[in-house]
Amino acid sequence: MRVICTIARQVLRGAVRNRVVYAAMLLAVGLAVAAPMAGRLTPGQDVKVVKDLSLAACNLCGLFVVVFLGIRLVAREVEQRTVDTLLSKPIRRYEFVLGQYCGLAATLALALTVMTIAMYVVLGAAAWWRGVPGLASVAPVPVADPALLKAVLLIFVQLAVVGAAALCLSTFSSPVLAAVSTCGLYVAGHFGGELRNLDEVVDSRFVTSLAAGLSYVLPDLAAFDVKAAVVHGQPVTAGYMVLTAASGAAYILAFLVPALVIFTRRDLL
Amino acid sequence: MSRLRGGASVFERGGAGSPLWGRTDAAVVATILLVTFGAALQVARDRETVDGPAPPGIRSVPPADLVQRAALSFEAVLADLYWIRAVQHYGRTRLSGGGAREYALLHPLLDVATTLDPRFDAAYRLGAVFLAEPPPGGAGRPDLAIALLQKGLASVPDRWQYLQDIGFIHYWWLRDRDDAARWFQRAADVPGAPWWLRFLAATTMTEGGDRAGARALWRLVRDAAGDSWMREEAARRLAQIEALDALDRYQRTVDRFRVRTGRAPRSWQDLLAAGDLSEVPVDPTGTAYELTPFGAVTVSPRSVLTPLPDSGALPARPAG
Repeated sequence: MRVICTIARQVLRGAVRNRVVYAAMLLAVGLAVAAPMAGRLTPGQDVKVVKDLSLAACNLCGLFVVVFLGIRLVAREVEQRTVDTLLSKPIRRYEFVLGQYCGLAATLALALTVMTIAMYVVLGAAAWWRGVPGLASVAPVPVADPALLKAVLLIFVQLAVVGAAALCLSTFSSPVLAAVSTCGLYVAGHFGGELRNLDEVVDSRFVTSLAAGLSYVLPDLAAFDVKAAVVHGQPVTAGYMVLTAASGAAYILAFLVPALVIFTRRDLL
Repeated sequence: MSRLRGGASVFERGGAGSPLWGRTDAAVVATILLVTFGAALQVARDRETVDGPAPPGIRSVPPADLVQRAALSFEAVLADLYWIRAVQHYGRTRLSGGGAREYALLHPLLDVATTLDPRFDAAYRLGAVFLAEPPPGGAGRPDLAIALLQKGLASVPDRWQYLQDIGFIHYWWLRDRDDAARWFQRAADVPGAPWWLRFLAATTMTEGGDRAGARALWRLVRDAAGDSWMREEAARRLAQIEALDALDRYQRTVDRFRVRTGRAPRSWQDLLAAGDLSEVPVDPTGTAYELTPFGAVTVSPRSVLTPLPDSGALPARPAG
């Protein structure tokens, strides 16, 4: 466990110096700060636009972070041969992969934390501008609504699943192929409903059954998206949060286990 | 090639005395100049656009279902984007004095915005205003405005404001008070709806001619009134309905007199003398009704029941 934490710390340290992470976080913070200007374009909906834009920025920039970091974590160590140095020490291969993933997750958590703080600062400023307390309701939800954290939490779990997929793919394919496949998985993960209802447009029973089966095998990434619900003050129950997060954790393990197996058996010499 | 390599290294160092294109300060100055030049060109283009042909704006809107599928996890922010586009399209067309045809993309834009975010309150309510108002102030499509609000109702059935807005469109733009009253009544029936919606429904019903319905509603309001003002106002409205019934009754008496004698009665005295009435009629507040020289029975201007609900307050029916 200690080894995993050490590797994770190293990954986080390296990521903090990574320009891609900086750029993504700066982009998200910039979007959050610019959101009030976009809000001025929409009569009566400025707070909604700030929330929508800030949460979308968290999601999009978090996606950049996990894809760009996730596909390169293992590949870079192998390419630069630093993995030889690491594995020559008393570090097992599974500890190496898990450490890399934990570092990726920690980087994502750090990036989302910075972006969330920026979002609340902007919302607090918006509330101050309106002359109302930050937690005061502005028809019908508070400006700096704590419920937004639910959306951020599920964004984290969603992107942690995508990061696990990226890491898994990077253990046996090139970074470019891993990036394309990860983005493909992200898109396909949002089409679960369409795959399940393919029988409405396709007659072939084989194809529809295959699509339906695929929809249940793929992680339903759309289910992690509660941004609109929290912005509109819709209830997102604790049960839903727990079940969705648990399903995300299951898929993370489902991607990490093959990653561990593949990397353990991989000939690195 | 060697010159290029040398230049690149100088560029990285950015030292003084290196070739001009390789110096950092020169690069910064060149960038600033290029940005300034680009900005100047954009300003020139915008000036040209004001005098020349209208800006292209939005030419087409993809189907809402397609946008929804392509939105992935970014539906809400895309809904905002389409809403902003709808507002800009409306504003641009309105400022240019465009006709109904120029507003053709307004409803598709609103449809995409509300499909992406089915609880987008402003897109439903303000969008309906944009759609219902006749050109050049709007698209002149109250039918689409009602359809948009009904789409909102399908997503948020307890949103009484959408029902009220539909009622308003029927009242103001379609001049259909009966339907308007029905929608106001539906809005009033939604749990949590404000009390004054019953006032609105009852008033509209009275104007539309459904006095029995209006009377029932005003009695409900009077009986459920929490304060004296509301109770007295409901009582006054009930008295107005009673006066409207009485006016119809006395008008028929006057019309019978006119048919029998070939002339309109000059005053109530003529009707008393002819035995058509036993006393000068008074409204529920005790103020005598007035009889005009042309034989029309009205409520006295001195009566607290004046003005009675009538159809004179509505705007002319919009063309198209």
